[in-house]
Amino acid sequence: MEQDNIYLPYLMQIEKVTDEAPFVKTFRLKFSNEADAAAFNFKAGQFGEYSVFGEGESTFCIASSPTREGYIECTFRQAGRVTTALATLDAGDTIGFRGPYGNTFPIEAWYGKSLLFIAGGIALPPMRCVIWNCLDLREKFKDVTILYGARTVDDLVYKHELEEWKSRPDVNLVLTVDPGGETPDWKGEVGFVPTVLDKIAPKSQDTIAIVCGPPIMIKFTFPVLEKYGFPDDMVYTTLENRMKCGFGKCGRCNIGKVYVCKDGPVFTLQQMKQLPQEF
Amino acid sequence: MEIERKLLKRSSLERLVDMMRSDGNMIYAPQKKETQVVFDTIETFADMTEDYIVSNQSPKFVAFPKIEKILDFSISQEGIRQEGTQLAAFPPVVVLGCRPCDADGFDSLTAIFNWDYKDELYNERLKRTTLISISCAQKDDYCFCTSVKGHPGSTRGSDILLTRFDGGDYLAEIVTEKGKALTEKYAALFEADPGIEKDKFLAEVKPRFEVEGLVQKCMGMFEHPVWIEQSLRCIGCGACAYVCPTCACFDIQDEAAVSKGERIRCWDSCGFGLFTIHTSGHNPREVQSQRWRQRVLHKFSYMPERLGVIGCVGCGRCSRACPVDMNLSEHLINIAEV
Amino acid sequence: MDELKQKAKELLEKQQVAVIIGYAEGTAGRTRAVFALKPEDSEKLIFDERCKQNLAVYLMKHEVKHLGRRGIVATIPVMRSILQVASEYQLTEADVHVLGITPEGKLIEFDGFKPMEHWLSGQDVGLSAGEKDELAKLDGMSMEEKWAYWKDELSRCIKCYACRAACPMCYCIRCFVESNRPQWIPIAANDLGSFEWHILRAMHLAGRCINCGECGRACPVDIPIHLLTFKGVMDVEADFGVTAGLDAGMESLLSSFKPNDKENFIR
Repeated sequence: MEQDNIYLPYLMQIEKVTDEAPFVKTFRLKFSNEADAAAFNFKAGQFGEYSVFGEGESTFCIASSPTREGYIECTFRQAGRVTTALATLDAGDTIGFRGPYGNTFPIEAWYGKSLLFIAGGIALPPMRCVIWNCLDLREKFKDVTILYGARTVDDLVYKHELEEWKSRPDVNLVLTVDPGGETPDWKGEVGFVPTVLDKIAPKSQDTIAIVCGPPIMIKFTFPVLEKYGFPDDMVYTTLENRMKCGFGKCGRCNIGKVYVCKDGPVFTLQQMKQLPQEF
Repeated sequence: MEIERKLLKRSSLERLVDMMRSDGNMIYAPQKKETQVVFDTIETFADMTEDYIVSNQSPKFVAFPKIEKILDFSISQEGIRQEGTQLAAFPPVVVLGCRPCDADGFDSLTAIFNWDYKDELYNERLKRTTLISISCAQKDDYCFCTSVKGHPGSTRGSDILLTRFDGGDYLAEIVTEKGKALTEKYAALFEADPGIEKDKFLAEVKPRFEVEGLVQKCMGMFEHPVWIEQSLRCIGCGACAYVCPTCACFDIQDEAAVSKGERIRCWDSCGFGLFTIHTSGHNPREVQSQRWRQRVLHKFSYMPERLGVIGCVGCGRCSRACPVDMNLSEHLINIAEV
Repeated sequence: MDELKQKAKELLEKQQVAVIIGYAEGTAGRTRAVFALKPEDSEKLIFDERCKQNLAVYLMKHEVKHLGRRGIVATIPVMRSILQVASEYQLTEADVHVLGITPEGKLIEFDGFKPMEHWLSGQDVGLSAGEKDELAKLDGMSMEEKWAYWKDELSRCIKCYACRAACPMCYCIRCFVESNRPQWIPIAANDLGSFEWHILRAMHLAGRCINCGECGRACPVDIPIHLLTFKGVMDVEADFGVTAGLDAGMESLLSSFKPNDKENFIR
């Protein structure tokens, strides 16, 4: 009767570990059980509960694109009990995974439009899933701009992929670090994400903006998007409230009547404005 | 199904307890233990007390225990093995002597555990549970079931509702198929409808507020000073949530000793300061008034809107248990009036 | 207590305090804490023998603290709590105006902590005879009997943390049970989790507990949990001659060392 236990995780093997930044790692994960792998599918924006047996579960997004089949990836910063334990693991080790949970980015509805990705710090992982998903369907979209900022150069994650995006003629990548976070040979921008966004003066015509970052960055980014005429229903973000179950039971993640785990984590700015201000 | 009425003599109820027990049921009933009335297993009818208003803690634990094992795991050279809780091993349970409000509480829990994903840990336990409630002949100032669609003699949620009448015998109302199956199994104990007027033996609980209006009002109350005013004296413990028959918030934790352990689901409370805190330190509900608002609105706005049920049965346990006299019905009346 | 009402009203009118924390009539014959913010609110204030809650717990509560200077109706345990948390740098004289209540039920005011310390030094602040009896009963038990006693009592614990929430000395925003690297104590209310929680809490209150008994009164499942910290009160007094909550300048017992300290806990 095990299949009836919705709390029972899949067992997944770590195939590859990548050091992204200080205390930030990416795991590539494969299902230990073939049947699980065959039955599994997900869409951009969804998240899961990753567990180290003996330490517990932790919530984060699936950071790889559904267009890259056969594995999933997650990127986490070592911060609490579970992520500290995760950080000690190596290729070959087994972890638990429950998911996918939550709603998705409506990528098909964006076909034919330009895309503006805006991410800060450790919030690039949830967006990386969407970025690769869209880049793998590149001909479906017009211009693609990625604005990514971190506190310091060292804190930028996916450095090898940033290089790849930079070298692509069909992607406009703008990198920035907070003032004081630059190195002598830094060639990107210096400034907070909202300030740099204002500087690049994005066109809102037929453009979808996707924003992921710490609450403070999101707060100051929305007004800039409004200034450049982005309608509220063309601006997307993903919220990451604290969760335990992932499916609307444990009672933690709700913002008013809205459950981030079920109704989100993807919301438009229009939806966010209707939420009580408690997130 | 249509409710059937039967007579269950007191002596028959005593025998029923013995027979259900010898058939392998765990029977939980209210017992006086020092200063408290608690639901615990009984061996004979005599172990049970009938002199109580409601138990201190609700009987929700029969389907939602304070600690529920999710899985066992072991770590060895061969790797990690996990085994989910065997649902088939849950024992058959009879809850005897819960109140109509307690039975009502399971409807709220069922709504939470079954919207969208179905929680089989809860469902399996409830499926194996028969609720034989006893209607209320007593009440106190904390009872307000009639304000939240309940009643001292309500059959809703119970499999069988007993009402004690003159002389100590019981009117048994058979409410569900599960209840019917039980009366058929022990058919000799249940006799013809005594034909009594049930209402004469019920406590009178006067309604204090009009709940539909309150629910409507709560939908527009998020930004209101009332939450701060009401919660200044709240000290942020979890007593109200843990005694509540409808509170379902939980935590998931691993407990391990080196190479083996278990993952458990245990009670948690939205009243705790760190309940919603992010890893970054950001906390969406930083202060107690926000947590108090969450508690009230979850029960009287979010649950009605999302799940179609009110998250309160008016048992009054939260208010009796509160160390600082946070009185829920008083607060609800206040909310209806402001 | 017309005098108390009058005094509270005056303090609020003259804006010497932002709030008066006192007692009011509650429900079903109980009393409750009340927060008088406007002069007319002081009409709600009462004081009688039912008023037992240790109101000092509110002095450190975020939303109360941010109201401004706090006046507080203070029985001896409340005064001692104030001095104790002041000795732990959680409160200064400027934060609080004490409306003291003597054991005879008389209003007494102090101009700062020093006069309050002086007055307290002449009061009986020890455990009551009844409390001593309860402890003596426990002390008389064998190790096995004690274990059985607490196992039975703590089996009811639901980890609602009412004991912690009700205690003025438990003001930590992140309590040791909530720090999880490492996870010191099981979070669930199982035998180990409940035992470790209550024993460690008692240790954290050694030399700090002012024997108000609020933790025991707050417990919704009636565990006499105050007996654990009360035992600490007796031991600390016997071994180190220290009584908490009498001196705002007191050194923390558990984090100070003297060469002549008894080390009889190491056996």
